[in-house]
Order: sequence, then structure tokens, then C-alpha cells
Amino acid sequence: MQEDEPIGGDVNAVTKLAEDSRKQMRDEWSARLMSLGETRDKAVFAQLFSYFAPRVKAYIIRLGMPLATAEEVTQEAMLAVWRKAHMFNSDKAAASTWIFTLARNQCIDRMRREKAVEYELPEEEPDPDQRDNAEHAILAERMQIAIQQLPENQAQVLHLSYYEGKSHSEIAEQLGIPLGSVKSRLRLAFSKLKTYWGDEA
Amino acid sequence: MNISHHFDDATLMAYAAGTLPQGMALVVACHLHWCPECRHRVKQAEAVGGALLDNISPVAVSDSALDDILASLDEVPAAAQKQVKTSEPNQTELPDPLSTYLNKSLDDLPWKWIGYGMYQVDLNFGGKGAARLFKLAPGVSVPHHTHTGNELTLILRGSYSDEIGRFRRGDVADLDSDVLHQPIVDTGEDCICLIATDAPLKFTGIMGRLIQPFIGL
Repeated sequence: MQEDEPIGGDVNAVTKLAEDSRKQMRDEWSARLMSLGETRDKAVFAQLFSYFAPRVKAYIIRLGMPLATAEEVTQEAMLAVWRKAHMFNSDKAAASTWIFTLARNQCIDRMRREKAVEYELPEEEPDPDQRDNAEHAILAERMQIAIQQLPENQAQVLHLSYYEGKSHSEIAEQLGIPLGSVKSRLRLAFSKLKTYWGDEA
Repeated sequence: MNISHHFDDATLMAYAAGTLPQGMALVVACHLHWCPECRHRVKQAEAVGGALLDNISPVAVSDSALDDILASLDEVPAAAQKQVKTSEPNQTELPDPLSTYLNKSLDDLPWKWIGYGMYQVDLNFGGKGAARLFKLAPGVSVPHHTHTGNELTLILRGSYSDEIGRFRRGDVADLDSDVLHQPIVDTGEDCICLIATDAPLKFTGIMGRLIQPFIGL
């Protein structure tokens, strides 16, 4: 990693954006995805595609896929959005989180020939203190702010893990630090992020 | 059924980010089917991915991408609502992802004797590391060992004790190179575990070095 190219630079840039409008946008995308599940309206799908496909493609490129493959896998991930939209539940996840998991699974499938491992989480039992949609959007918003406020070395391991698809050992090797330090940085980052979910506030 | 040993946050984050080798991802997926607490933490870890996706600088897709996909939508049926079952560890012996993969009960597997009261079945995943089922007879103690990478263990039947504590059905041991341990089967029942590693184990004693070639983890 080059010293003059701090990872997380684009995260910091986003801090400048008005937070209210981002939250509103996130609510709107979740509502659109819900309505796609109900109506299977192609015009709604086209809107979701225009917003998310370039983000999914950027994510897949960061994972190290060649450009042509990234374009293909993006199409596959967006097709999965169409096929599975009726399973999306905005009470349980933000649209971006749900689409992230679809894109991630599509990449895993592409990189491995076997598909033995079931990455999809089982359906939860109805939860009495289930957060409602509005609250979920607030939490997603806080999570985003929290990520931007992480110390540089924690943000860096988070990015290498989620965005470059590096295993903990690969991150340790790349940064020249022990495996234990990679894990403790991730743990620290996660515990800070969790306080924004109200778990350890 | 109380699960008392869970995964490290760092492991669940690697699972959420999709960076675990396949065998380790299987161990995590199996525990998740039994453990609501770890499921909750995985959802949080996935939300980190969602927030990152919100922040990413978009990369333009090809000009025809939208038209191409719109043209194909009519041929694509909606996915069937998949029944992904959660269960309590005491309801079915194997968690869903493992029983789907094995398609057999634990007692019908081709166990290979590897000496020392230990039997194994290699799950033969490609890629880094290994994933195996281990069966240890009562009273058997696995030689002292440490790990060059990470080792994830899910107890499927019976129990063992080591320097860290007692591990029963549903529990996981999430170990790395900082840990030196010697598990001992502590009841009259066989202990069966699913174990995945991302690098070879390092046995420390002479007995351990003798059996290393047979275990091959």
C-alpha cells in the first residue's frame, strides 16, 4: 500500500455530503426494492439498476475481478436482485446491505467452482423487539458515520477485507503486521460500529 | 441447549466479507444455523458491507447493460422462496449446510482410522487449508498443538475439554497461532467435530510430530 494513497480517502470525502439526504435516499431505495418484490415492475428495476449496478461493479473490480468478468458478474448479481426481490425485507436490512450480500455471493460462486456452502442466512423467527424500517435506516446512517470516524489503521483493514477480498493472513502479509493485530484491529472496529446499533451503547 | 462458545468478531467479519476459505465458511454457516447470537452479529457485519457499497465511487457499466438485462427479465422466473431452516442443536443431529453437503448421517461416513483413537473424514474442499470431520474416542487426547493460521472447530456430538474450557455440541472453538492446546474427550461418548483450517497445524510434542503426517491438517 502506497503511503500517499491512504485507503478510505473516498470514505472521508463522502462525509461532506448532507447526512439527511443520504438517509432519505437510503429509505427510498429500500422502499423501491420492496415495491419491486411486490409488483415486479421493470421500470422500478431499471431505477435500481441505474443506481446499484455501477456500485456493484466497482465493488467487484475492487475484489480483483478482471473488467470483462466484473461486467458479467454485475449483470448476474443484478439478475439475482430481480429474481429474489420478493425475499427482501426492509425491516431486516437496508437495500444496499442486501444487494451487497447478493453481489458477494455471486463473486464467491464465480471464484469457486463448487457451491457447497450455503451463505444465505436462515429466516429469523419473529422477533418481539424487531426494529422497524425507519429505525433501521437511522442505524444504517449511523453505521456509515461510524465507519468514517474509525482510526485510519482500523478503516484500512476493514477496506482490505470487505473491498479487496483479502483474507486476514493476506492483510497481515501486505501490511507487515502479525495476524493477531489484523484481527484485533477488526475487532476494535466492529465493537465501535456495534455501539451505533445500540448493542453496547 | 445452551451454546457457550461463539466465533470471534473478526471471523464473522471475514465470513460477511466473503473472504473465508470454503471449509471455514462451512463451519461458520453450520454454527449460524444453530446460533441466533452469531446470526445477529453476521447481519451487523453485513451491514458494514452495505455501508461501504453506499460509499463506493461507482464505475459505469456498459451502455447496453440495462437494455440487455431488461430484455432477458421475462425469461427469468422469480426465485422459489427457499426454506433455509434454523434448528436447535438438539433437534437434528447435523446442521442444514453440513447435512446437505454430506447427504449421510455421521455413523454412515467412511471413517478412516488415523491412529491414537482418532478417525477422520476429509471433506476434500479445494483451495487453501482443509476441512475434516474428526471422531475421537472417549479419553483420547489430541497431542498439544498450535496453529500457523486459524482453526475453526464445531462440536457435532459429545464434548471435549482443553485449556480454554469445555466444548459441547453446538459450541465452536475459534483458535489462532496464539493458542497452544490439548483437547481431551471428557465423557464416555465419542466426540465428533467439524474442523477447518486455513494453514497447517503445528504439533509441538514428539507424539504430535509423529502423527502430523497422518492428520495432515
